[in-house]
Amino acid sequence: MYKITLKRQLTKDIKLMGILAPHVVRNAKAGNFVIVIPGETGERVPLTIYDWDKESGVVYIIFQEVGVSTVKLGMMNEGDFVYSIAGPLGRHFHIEKYGNVVVVGGGVGVPAIFPIARALRDAGNSVTSITGFRTSELSILEKEMKSVSDAVIVATNDGSSGTKGLVTDALKALYDKGGKIDLVVAVGPVVMMKAVSELTKQLGIKTIVSLNALMLDGTGMCGGCRVTIGDKVKFSCVDGPDFDGHLVDFNELTSRLSAFKAEEKISLDHCKIHLAGR
Amino acid sequence: MAKKERLKVRQQAAAERTKNFDEVPFGYDDSEAADEASRCLQCKNPTCIEGCPVNINIKEFIRQLSAGDKAGAIKTIKQSNSLPAVCGRVCPQETQCEAKCVLLKTGQPINIGALERYAADWEAANLKTEAPKIKPVTGADGKQIKVAIAGSGPAGLTVAGELAKLGYKAVIFEALHLAGGVLVYGIPEFRLPKAIVKREVEYLKLLGVEIETNVLVGKSYTIDDLFADGFSAVFIGVGAGTPSFMNIPGENYKGVYSSNEFLTRMNLLKAYKFPEYDTPVKLGKKVAVVGAGNVAMDAARVSKRFKGVEEVHIIYRRSDKEMPARREEIEHAKEEGIIMDLLTNPVQVLADENGFVSAIKCVKMTLCEPDASGRCSVKAIAGSEFTIEVDNVIPALGTKANELLTTNVKGLKLNRRGYIEADPETGETSIPGIFAGGDISTGAATVIAAMGAGKKSAAAIDRYLKKNISA
Ligand SMILES: Cc1cc2nc3c(=O)[nH]c(=O)nc-3n(C[C@H](O)[C@H](O)[C@H](O)COP(=O)(O)OP(=O)(O)OC[C@H]3O[C@@H](n4cnc5c(N)ncnc54)[C@H](O)[C@@H]3O)c2cc1C
Ligand SMILES: Cc1cc2nc3c(=O)[nH]c(=O)nc-3n(C[C@H](O)[C@H](O)[C@H](O)COP(=O)(O)OP(=O)(O)OC[C@H]3O[C@@H](n4cnc5c(N)ncnc54)[C@H](O)[C@@H]3O)c2cc1C
Ligand code: FES
Repeated sequence: MYKITLKRQLTKDIKLMGILAPHVVRNAKAGNFVIVIPGETGERVPLTIYDWDKESGVVYIIFQEVGVSTVKLGMMNEGDFVYSIAGPLGRHFHIEKYGNVVVVGGGVGVPAIFPIARALRDAGNSVTSITGFRTSELSILEKEMKSVSDAVIVATNDGSSGTKGLVTDALKALYDKGGKIDLVVAVGPVVMMKAVSELTKQLGIKTIVSLNALMLDGTGMCGGCRVTIGDKVKFSCVDGPDFDGHLVDFNELTSRLSAFKAEEKISLDHCKIHLAGR
Repeated sequence: MAKKERLKVRQQAAAERTKNFDEVPFGYDDSEAADEASRCLQCKNPTCIEGCPVNINIKEFIRQLSAGDKAGAIKTIKQSNSLPAVCGRVCPQETQCEAKCVLLKTGQPINIGALERYAADWEAANLKTEAPKIKPVTGADGKQIKVAIAGSGPAGLTVAGELAKLGYKAVIFEALHLAGGVLVYGIPEFRLPKAIVKREVEYLKLLGVEIETNVLVGKSYTIDDLFADGFSAVFIGVGAGTPSFMNIPGENYKGVYSSNEFLTRMNLLKAYKFPEYDTPVKLGKKVAVVGAGNVAMDAARVSKRFKGVEEVHIIYRRSDKEMPARREEIEHAKEEGIIMDLLTNPVQVLADENGFVSAIKCVKMTLCEPDASGRCSVKAIAGSEFTIEVDNVIPALGTKANELLTTNVKGLKLNRRGYIEADPETGETSIPGIFAGGDISTGAATVIAAMGAGKKSAAAIDRYLKKNISA
């Protein structure tokens, strides 16, 4: 059992949580993730490590309530205990001096690019962040991204804050302005990572994406998280989650993410009936 | 010569048991156990003991059982085997102790497995487990010497138990949220009830063993961290758990699960109780399991029990007699109505327009003359392609070395297949103070082999610590 030390509501359905887990924090690095089980009958839920505090042993996650597990987690409060948290999982982001790096985050992909941007900047890179949201009310972490970037561009689909349009529009505009871009890092919904990768392929810019395949154990034991990269099948929990965006089979990933659509609905309905009955 | 026949263990009828996940054999009752024990000839030279990988004094415990001394019997067993309730259920006795029983030539060897299970279950029901008084072994600083164990499968559990009994502080680090390794995530409830594994784990805690779940050695803590934290030796027992796939087109369609994924969803995360438990598994009416080992039989039999599943196939490229699973498991599977598609090899998985599995395309195979090793090779019959309509495909094709930890330790020697090179008699690896055993050094094997390795490693760790560390 692991104590929830902090809970903050960032938007209507996005929450930040701090969980006391020194075993996760000790060797945590940018790009790692954890697997959380909210309660004893729960699922193993992969979530990116947003931040961590070596001194207190607290790890921070940010999640969007989209289904039964994230809803259950979101109902827990400071002082409550999550049933389990394992980590740090996955290979950490490979940090070196690339030069000019653009990190692109969409929705709950933004918490994932925060520590990557910070580590890249600490390693002497110039970091421009592009964060994208549907509308201004869903925007998160603007201040935090500013603190770890040389420049931040916020894009909203409806133009309610920052520039109007998609993150790819912002990226294209940045490229057109002429500055040299040595690396693009993109984390967010699959459609976004796919669109960014397609754009940067045309532009000839190396691009790393962090894949959110469905996972179970997160230790390489089940193969449920397999993704096709070029002509090879990889397990995203141990070989990734970061991969070369130009080699990822995004269509397969999109399809595999819908493997349990029907069950997810049954599960959420079951949970709601249960709550209503209480 | 014993007159009586080997006493069969009563079990749930096939039609009944495919509707539940309860244990299949009921086990002997008191009088059955006494009867079966009384068939033992008490040989002067008890060859059965040689057949046991951990050399349980089988002759003696059976004698005690036939004399009604159940407490004595379990004590005898536990001198050599700390997990008899598990081993009595899952050991392949027919190739071990029972294969060496002199009554084998009559076709009626003693049912040693069932007697071992009986003794263990009797103990659980009748004796109170008490923590033995153990004197701690201390180092120069006066503190109890600590040993770290990575992985809580049968190898790790055994090392921990043995070291704790010797007076060391054994701390197990387990990557998953429950301890037990394959015993909890792989072997199904109806062959090994999880309550039994839990009981064994609780006993270890009583001995003073500490278990930290959700910790991945090599990730959460590196081996260097563990030594820095005051552990004087490390045992690696992380299992072989990385699944092999068929490498045929269509294998990433939705509805294809590795046997590990499928069994983990079912056993560890209780998907058969969905939506009471949150983890789903999606099975249609027809399921095909590829392979014919014990894991394949488990996957097939679990599928058969899942509601909505009507037809389960085992697809295997050789013939009945080459099936690597235990005969007992094959018979259980057949009784439960699993269809055996033998001399059949998958070549492609097909899907519907939404990417869900719809069929599996196979070829017919033919067996050639046995080669020098005695094993028949197989060859596809040209033009014999056919498809079986299925909703799920579960490849159960064996496992490879799990590299999560091994590739993170500098200087740790691995063999060509990625398993840790460890001395089979001591578990010593290429690095002093680091020991290894179980599936991660031998490749996928058995529970008892992992336990045997754990026992030898614990003894070697004790010798190593006495020589290098203890005061
Ligand atoms: C390595 C990794 C890191 C992740 N980091 C974060 C994070 O930092 N914050 C965050 O909010 N989410 C993150 N996710 C996604 C998160 O794990 C899922 O949203 C969560 O498992 C959904 O569980 P649920 O039971 O609440 O919803 P479900 O009922 O399982 O699903 C509800 C809806 O969410 C979709 N969904 C389910 N799983 C995923 C997934 N893996 N990726 C995308 N959509 C999914 C489903 O298709 C469905 O539409 C990450 C996933 C991975 C693999
Ligand atoms: C479905 C199935 C059925 C089987 N049936 C039988 C049977 O009937 N009879 C029989 O004798 N054998 C059977 N076996 C084989 C037997 O279970 C194994 O040989 C045995 O469990 C190996 O034990 P182990 O301790 O080496 O590893 P495992 O049991 O594999 O345990 C290893 C543990 O280490 C953990 N781990 C992995 N990496 C790390 C890390 N980095 N840090 C911390 N922990 C880690 C894993 O999560 C796991 O819990 C079966 C196997 C399977 C898969
Ligand atoms: S989640 Fe099981 S292997 Fe990656």
